[in-house]
Amino acid sequence: MPDSLNTLIRAVEDANSSVLLQEAVKNLAAARLEGAIPTLIATLSYNNPGAAVAAVDGLIQIGEPAVPSLLELLDMHNYTARSWAIRTLAGIGDPRALVTLLGAATADFALSVRRAAAKGLGMMKWHWFPEELLEIAQAEAMEALLFVAQEDEEWVVRYSAIVGLQCLANAIAVSHPDWRSQILSHFEQIAAKEESWPVRARVLMAQQELQTATATTQTQHIDNRPSPLSSMDWQKIMEELYGRKGQERLVFAEGDPRRYQDLAVAIAQNTDE
Amino acid sequence: MLCIGIVRGNREQEQKVENAANIQDDNQLTVEQAIANLQGEDLGLRVYAAWWLGRFRVDAPEAIDVLITALEDEDDRTNAGGYPLRRNAARALGKLGEKRAVPALIKALECSDFYVREAAAQSLEMLGDSSSIPRLIELLNDQIPGTLPAPEPPQLTQPFDAIIEALGTLGASDTSPLIQGFLDHPVPRIQYAAARAMYQLTSQANEVYNEYGDRLVQALAQDDLQLRRAVLSDLGAIGYLPAAEAIADTLAENSLKLISLKGLLEKQLQPTTPHELSPGAIKVMQLMDALL
Repeated sequence: MPDSLNTLIRAVEDANSSVLLQEAVKNLAAARLEGAIPTLIATLSYNNPGAAVAAVDGLIQIGEPAVPSLLELLDMHNYTARSWAIRTLAGIGDPRALVTLLGAATADFALSVRRAAAKGLGMMKWHWFPEELLEIAQAEAMEALLFVAQEDEEWVVRYSAIVGLQCLANAIAVSHPDWRSQILSHFEQIAAKEESWPVRARVLMAQQELQTATATTQTQHIDNRPSPLSSMDWQKIMEELYGRKGQERLVFAEGDPRRYQDLAVAIAQNTDE
Repeated sequence: MLCIGIVRGNREQEQKVENAANIQDDNQLTVEQAIANLQGEDLGLRVYAAWWLGRFRVDAPEAIDVLITALEDEDDRTNAGGYPLRRNAARALGKLGEKRAVPALIKALECSDFYVREAAAQSLEMLGDSSSIPRLIELLNDQIPGTLPAPEPPQLTQPFDAIIEALGTLGASDTSPLIQGFLDHPVPRIQYAAARAMYQLTSQANEVYNEYGDRLVQALAQDDLQLRRAVLSDLGAIGYLPAAEAIADTLAENSLKLISLKGLLEKQLQPTTPHELSPGAIKVMQLMDALL
């Protein structure tokens, strides 16, 4: 095994054309080995979209062991790499990324990041959350997604928020049937006033699939690996969530997507003129 | 549509304008300021203002007026004789959806600058006005005197891909024998434009109809990322459903794949039955969900 890992990594390092790099990253990603994490993460900074897509897919497959390094990457200055890292965190659904995803879905400058974060918010690994944190986390996710589904200016971000809401409605069907009805009644409103045909079609599909899901009992596939998170992690997540509540009073750190909020709003206003 | 301008054409100039945008976003331009800048002394500000009016879709009548005037600008010239302001004005007018710009854009098809003609053809396509068809055909046949070839290799005499795409979108069905000749053009991008237009112009009853779509699907396996991006845009424009999986699988940005699949989805959505989703629509949405 380690032999083949080294061979695969060397192929990535030795690739001297963009096509070779894409192929090498695809092969390394397909091996799904934890040892590949640093190399795959490095690929996110190479400005080669084909390779980055393959690396994101690979990192999502590997899952939570990649989360700490991805969160670290968010602090760095490479904007493109940051956006790939958020996409990957969205795909993994690890609770440690919850607050990052909340900020990214509602306020990131890049629509590809908002889009990925919105879907990710609906598909968190909810079964990992301790009970006392689950409710507040899901309530925050629902609030953010309802906002994005109706207010984001890009069709694809609203589309993604519908996908996120559908997943969330499924996840809370038993614990919060009232929230689920709330999501469904929002779908009615969105279907009535949404301008984009693809988004309306996606709402319709969500409504139909949620109806089917009630008829038959939930057959949601849940990956039942135990949570690797420690009580320290949970405490940090809790603090971040409470911090988010009072975020207006804070000065945002370099690289925090909320720093771009003013610019995004200014551009949106200009677009309307 | 939006990605077409980024995908090809004068990339270096696009890049410069985008950089200017990043700088200027710090101290926002207003509509009044942009219109004033477009008529001002500073050539750099004029070019930027033309781009800005298109980018932010400023379709105020005064904006259209100054952009139409800018199509005849003589002040701003490159060393090779190009007209940067005219190029940006032509691009902007396509985005503003105002048919009043059509005659001026048809006139711009006679410009000596290759990139002005390219931008004009793209904008006439976006405006969807078939009165430009005869002039586009003359340009495709290279029958307009005074038009200089592209300054870079392969020094095409005309922006054939933009012209062919416009004729396809405008439904100029008489031109299919002419366009067919471009299916084997040495420049791949032009072959794809021809396949796309042939698909649009051939009736569904015709047995070769899907062959043109399939040519584009095969082109998604190309090694060249730029070409794959262009083909994604073509497949989205024709809404070719059999391409759905190939679009989802090709190595390119998810954003471009999603725009392409959106084109397929829109073609599957029937305005007459808003409460039903075809199997094709559901399949496309499942693929899109996975790319978010």
